[in-house]
Amino acid sequence: MNAFQAILVLIVAFIAGCGSVLDEAQFHRPLVACTLIGLVLGHLSTGLVLGSSLELIALGWMNVGAAMAPDAALASVISAVMVINSGLSVKEGIAIAIPLAVAGQVLTILVRTITAFFEHQADKFAENDNPRGIEFLQLTGLVLQGLRIAIPTALVLLVSPKVVQQGLEAVPKVITNGLAVAGGFIVVVGYAMVINMMATRYLMPFFFLGFLLAAVSQLNLIALGLMGLCIAIVYIQLAPKYHNGGHGGSDKAGKTEDLDDELEKELDDF
Amino acid sequence: MVEIKNNMAGAITKKDLNAAFRRSCITQAAWNYERMHGLGFCYEMIPAIKRIYPAGPERAAALKRHNEFMNSNPYMEAPILGVTIAMEEKRAQGAPIDDAAIDGVKVGMMGPLAGVGDPIFWGTLRPVLAAFGASLAATKSIMGPIIFFVAWNVIRLGFRYWGVHFGYQQGTNIVNNLKGNLLQKLTEGASILGLFIMGVLVPRWTTMKFPMVVSRVTTNGKTTVTTLNDIFNELLPGLMPLLLTFLVMWLLKRKVNAIWIIFGLFIVGILGYGIGLFGI
Repeated sequence: MNAFQAILVLIVAFIAGCGSVLDEAQFHRPLVACTLIGLVLGHLSTGLVLGSSLELIALGWMNVGAAMAPDAALASVISAVMVINSGLSVKEGIAIAIPLAVAGQVLTILVRTITAFFEHQADKFAENDNPRGIEFLQLTGLVLQGLRIAIPTALVLLVSPKVVQQGLEAVPKVITNGLAVAGGFIVVVGYAMVINMMATRYLMPFFFLGFLLAAVSQLNLIALGLMGLCIAIVYIQLAPKYHNGGHGGSDKAGKTEDLDDELEKELDDF
Repeated sequence: MVEIKNNMAGAITKKDLNAAFRRSCITQAAWNYERMHGLGFCYEMIPAIKRIYPAGPERAAALKRHNEFMNSNPYMEAPILGVTIAMEEKRAQGAPIDDAAIDGVKVGMMGPLAGVGDPIFWGTLRPVLAAFGASLAATKSIMGPIIFFVAWNVIRLGFRYWGVHFGYQQGTNIVNNLKGNLLQKLTEGASILGLFIMGVLVPRWTTMKFPMVVSRVTTNGKTTVTTLNDIFNELLPGLMPLLLTFLVMWLLKRKVNAIWIIFGLFIVGILGYGIGLFGI
């Protein structure tokens, strides 16, 4: 492999890293990423065969809801480089792809925690009416995700495959699995922010209703969404404050809101 | 005042919607554990916000307003984006739409639309196209990846483009047809739907597993193993995610920085997995 090819491999790695977080054009899928690595290294058919096998393994790797899939980008790019460059068999390449997908997931967890800081910087840019700054942060986030794959790929190009295998084994399971476990419930931070933002105390029963229906039933999200819609419509139809026909209906609503404000104040003091 | 405002507020053009469409293709670039697509959604809104508000405090407030939590299927976010742009435009032209209405509509749509988009795009379309592409690639045919890549992206881009424009049209229709206290009703209804959906997402989109064995009873040679999971589920499924959500809400109200909460939860995850409390 010459220097020109090495640069092309790193470009493919960078694009696959961006693709992995975006989940748009699918450059991170094994079928595309392994093929591209095969193409730039002059072993197209090897790339196709490896990509085909890995793609079938990764068919179920998808970001559904707030869950995060194993990282197909790192798995595809590095296993393809190792199969073509370091003489691993396709079977060995597939075997090493799985721990690579886990390692890629740990790296993306790291980047996605760093970008949480970006949100706070973006708040400051927003306050200063600086859209340019927000655009810069968004694109920087993407670059970090690209480097997340390109840098490990560069390391693999420099060292022997044995070192890579040893490096993967050196990461303790308690860290990788622990991070994955935390990834499963860390999403509540976002929910908590939205609930704090939207909740007025007299509307909280609707939150609990949604929770209970989702927790005890098997209804899917679409059905639950439509139920929520019906409940909202029924509430609006029945709420006394919208009936101006007038026996102090709106007064009553005003009082409820006052009470609500007081309650909130007290709770805040507490 | 409203009249003057009307003249200052620019009307959204087709060009702005196309810019929103282009930007929506990198919505997840700065995906983060605090607000997920929050920064991305704000980024998508920038062309519209720039058109609607002149530089100044109003524009700053609009930027801030859209840099909040957002998560849906990324493609389904296109119609949400269109509706949100329409609401911002009408608001700037004097329609009495408040922050709660815009937030409520966004949050109310993101969960159910993800429920539509995830099974269609991730659960069906991609596996079908990918398996077909992979079967061709296994015979060393370059057509495998090409068919997968082209078919997927034509469908994705087509849907995204249609979604932004369709969402904008629908949003405009809805706001234009509102009269009297209908807007107030819309605001309150949107908040109700939004809160209901957050209630749904807490047990559905959170994963907490407690495989720790509490008791092991052997009767007649049959062993019944009871884990912590079983006990919690018997109490109420989803109770633990709910309690965790309340804890985080309380911490946030105490002005604890969300980033420290995220780090704290990572440590809890690693330690909890280490002692066998949590499982994958």
